[in-house]
Amino acid sequence: MQFTFTGEQHQFRDVVKRFLRDKSPATEVRRLMETDEGFDPVVWKQLSEELALPALPVPEIFGGAGFGFVELSIVMEEMGRSLLCAPYFSSAVLAVSAILNAGTENQKQSLLPQIASGSIRATLAMTESNGRWDASAVELVAQVEKDHFVLRGEKSFVVDGHTADLLIVVARLEGSEGDNGISFCSVDGDAPGIEKTLLRTMDPTRKLARLDFNGVRAQPLGEPGAGFHALNKTLDQAAIALSNEMVGGAQFLMDSAIEYSKIRVQFGRVIGSFQAIKHKCADMLIQLELAKSAAYYAAAAVDAGDSCLPALASMAKSAASDAYMQIAAECIQIHGGIGFTWDQDTHLWFKRAKSSEVFLGDPAYHRELVMQRWEEGI
Amino acid sequence: MDFNDSTEEATFRQEARDWLKANEPTEAELEGLDGIEAAKLWQKRKYDAGWACIRWPKEHGGRGASAIEQVIFGQEESKFDTPEGLFTIGHGMCAPTMMAWATEEQNKRYLPKLASGEEIWCQMFSETAGGSDLAALRTRAEKDGDDWIINGQKIWTSGAHYSDYGVIVLRTDPTAPKHQGLTYFFIDMKSPGIETKPIKQISGGANFNEVYFTDVRVPDAHRLGAVGQGWQVAITTLMNERASIGGGGGGVNFKSVFKLAQTVNIDDEPAIKDKSVRRRLADWYIQESGLKFTGYRSMTALSRGEIPGPENSIGKLVGAPKQQDMASFALDLLESSGAIWDPELSQEAGMFQATYMASPGIRIAGGTDEIMANIIAERVLGMPQDIRVDKGIPFNEIPTSNS
Repeated sequence: MQFTFTGEQHQFRDVVKRFLRDKSPATEVRRLMETDEGFDPVVWKQLSEELALPALPVPEIFGGAGFGFVELSIVMEEMGRSLLCAPYFSSAVLAVSAILNAGTENQKQSLLPQIASGSIRATLAMTESNGRWDASAVELVAQVEKDHFVLRGEKSFVVDGHTADLLIVVARLEGSEGDNGISFCSVDGDAPGIEKTLLRTMDPTRKLARLDFNGVRAQPLGEPGAGFHALNKTLDQAAIALSNEMVGGAQFLMDSAIEYSKIRVQFGRVIGSFQAIKHKCADMLIQLELAKSAAYYAAAAVDAGDSCLPALASMAKSAASDAYMQIAAECIQIHGGIGFTWDQDTHLWFKRAKSSEVFLGDPAYHRELVMQRWEEGI
Repeated sequence: MDFNDSTEEATFRQEARDWLKANEPTEAELEGLDGIEAAKLWQKRKYDAGWACIRWPKEHGGRGASAIEQVIFGQEESKFDTPEGLFTIGHGMCAPTMMAWATEEQNKRYLPKLASGEEIWCQMFSETAGGSDLAALRTRAEKDGDDWIINGQKIWTSGAHYSDYGVIVLRTDPTAPKHQGLTYFFIDMKSPGIETKPIKQISGGANFNEVYFTDVRVPDAHRLGAVGQGWQVAITTLMNERASIGGGGGGVNFKSVFKLAQTVNIDDEPAIKDKSVRRRLADWYIQESGLKFTGYRSMTALSRGEIPGPENSIGKLVGAPKQQDMASFALDLLESSGAIWDPELSQEAGMFQATYMASPGIRIAGGTDEIMANIIAERVLGMPQDIRVDKGIPFNEIPTSNS
C-alpha cells in the first residue's frame, strides 16, 4: 500500500516552493494583478529555463521532461499556495492536455516542443458566453475548407486568452449538434480575424478574455468531428490539476488564519484559545484533508490510467471547491475587520477561491456528474 | 505513487486470506451459541493459529507483526462474516496500556489470555461528574496496608457485566489539583463489592452499565504508574481509543442509501431522480471516498514505519455525524414507514432505524464531537489550550453542578 509522495517528489516540491516564495510574494501578486498581461515575462522565463516547469507534462519525445501528472499537480498546489500570477495553468495544463489528448503524432511534434520550452504560451478556448462546460454547449462553428477550418463564433472565459501565442479552440462541425461534431483546432493568437477583449474579473490574479472569431483560418487538431472523448479527458485532467491548485491555496489560508489566531488578543487572551475559533479551525482541517486526499488520489489515478478518472475528477473538484470556499470565508472571519480590508492579503485568495470554484463547473454541476458517473459504473 | 501492496504485503495478504477462508466458523459451529460464546470461539481459533492480536509481541500472545500487516489482516477479516466486537476495548485500549505500564510478569500473566479471548476486559473511566471533563472523576481509592479500597461509581462502561478484568482511574488525593490526584489500576471484576447495573439505551438495548464500588479491595501491585500519575497513564488508553473507534464501519453507508433511493418514490418518480436527493448522495459519496483515500495515506505512512499525519485524526469527527445524517435522511425517504421499526416489515430488517438510534452514541463515545474538535485544534494545529477556571485549585475546592 503506497499512496503518498516519494522522497524525490518531496524534494521537487521544496525546489518549486522555494522558487515561488522568492518570485511570487504577495507584493508581486499585487503588482501583476494590476497589469493587463497579468504575469512577469522574466519570471516566466526563469521558471521555464531554470526549473523547466512547462516541460513537465510533455513527453520527452515531444521535447518535454516526461514527468507524471502527480508532479504537475505538485507544481499546481504550490502555485495555488503562492498565488503565482503566470499562464502556467492555461499553457502547461489546459493547452498541453488538449494537444496530447486530441492531436496526431505530427501535430504534437510540431506544437509541443515550443510550449515545453516556454518560448510560446498556449491556452484552451472551450466555453462560450453560455458559461457551460459540457460538449453540447459548444456553438462556435468550424467550416471545413480543404486542409483547414474557418472559425466563426465566440469563446469566453478563456484563461490568458488575450496574451496566449497559440490558441487551442474547441469548435463543432457545421450542422452538428450535441456530442457529435466536436473538433479541436489550433490557431495563432494574433491570426487575422480574432478580436480579443480582456474581461474585467473579480479575481484579478487570473486573467480571462473573450475571443471573437470572424472567419479565422485554423489548423485541425486530430480528426475533425471526433473530439468528444479528447475534450472530456482534457476537462477531467484540468479539473484534477485545478483541484490541486485549490488545496494549495486553501492550505495557505488555513495556516494564515491559525497563525493569526495565536497572536490576536481579545478579552485578555489569544483568540485561538476560544473554542468557537478552535472548532472552526478543526473543521477547516477536516475539509482540507478530505479535499487533499481526493485531489492527490485523482492525480495519481491519471498516471495509473485509472478507468474511474471521470468520477475521481468530479469528486476532487467538488471537494476542493467546497474546502477552499469554506476556508477562505472563515479565514476572513477569524481575521475580523482587518481581513475585510484591501491591505490584508486574504482577499486575493478569497477571490481566487470563487473564480476557481466556478471554472470548469461549480460543485453542484460536479456533484451531478459524480452521481451519473457512479451510476454508469465508471 | 503505487496503489498496490509491496511483494511482502501481497504475500502476507494471501496467507491471511487463505487461513481465514479455511478457518472461518461454519454456521453449524455457531449454532446455539450466544454472541459472547461465538466471539470467544473465533478468538480462540485465531489465537491457536497465531492470528490473534498479531501486532503484539509473541511472548504476549501475538505474532510480532507490523502495523501495516495488522491493517491488512483487519481488511481481510472484515470480508468474512466473523463474530466481532467483544474484544475491541480489551485489545485496542487496555492491552496497549498494560504493555506501556505493567510489569513484564503481569503482562505474561494477563495478555495471552486477553489475546485468546479467554478473559474479557473493560475500561472504567467515565463518571456522572466526569464526562468530557474526564479528570473530574470522583471515585475514591484509599490506601489500606498493601491494598487500596475503592468507593464510588463509574458509568457508560461497555461490557462490564461480562468482563473478567477492567482498567480504572481513581481519585487518590482529593486535595491535589484535578489532574494530579489520580491513580490508575487494573482490577478483577469479580472482586466483592462490585455491582453492575445495565443502562437501557434509546434503542432499548443495553450494551453498557453503571458500575458501583463498595469497599472494593485492589492490591497495590495492580497499580499502573506511580500514585498521582493516573492522568498520564489514562492518556495512553485514550490515544488508543481514538484509533479504535474509527469512522464509518457498519450501518448506513452511501451504497445502502443509494439503493434505498432507487426503490422509493418522490412525486411518482424514483427518489434517485430527484435533484436534491442526488446532491446529498453525492456529498456523502465524496465524503466517504475522501475518508477512504485519507485512510490510504495513513496506511502508507504505517507501511513505511512512519507516524500518520493530521489526516489520521479526522475519521471519527467526519464519520459519526455522517452516519447520523444518512440514517436520518434514509428514514425521510421512507416517509411514514420510516417510523416503523419492525424487522419483518422495515427495509433492510430495520437497519436504517437501528443506525438512527445508534448514531447519537457514536458522536459521544470516546470523545464527543466537540472534544474531538478541541483535540484536533490543540494537538494537530497547535492552538493554545482553553483557559481553565479550575487550574491549580485543589480538587475538593472546585465548584460542581451540585454546589
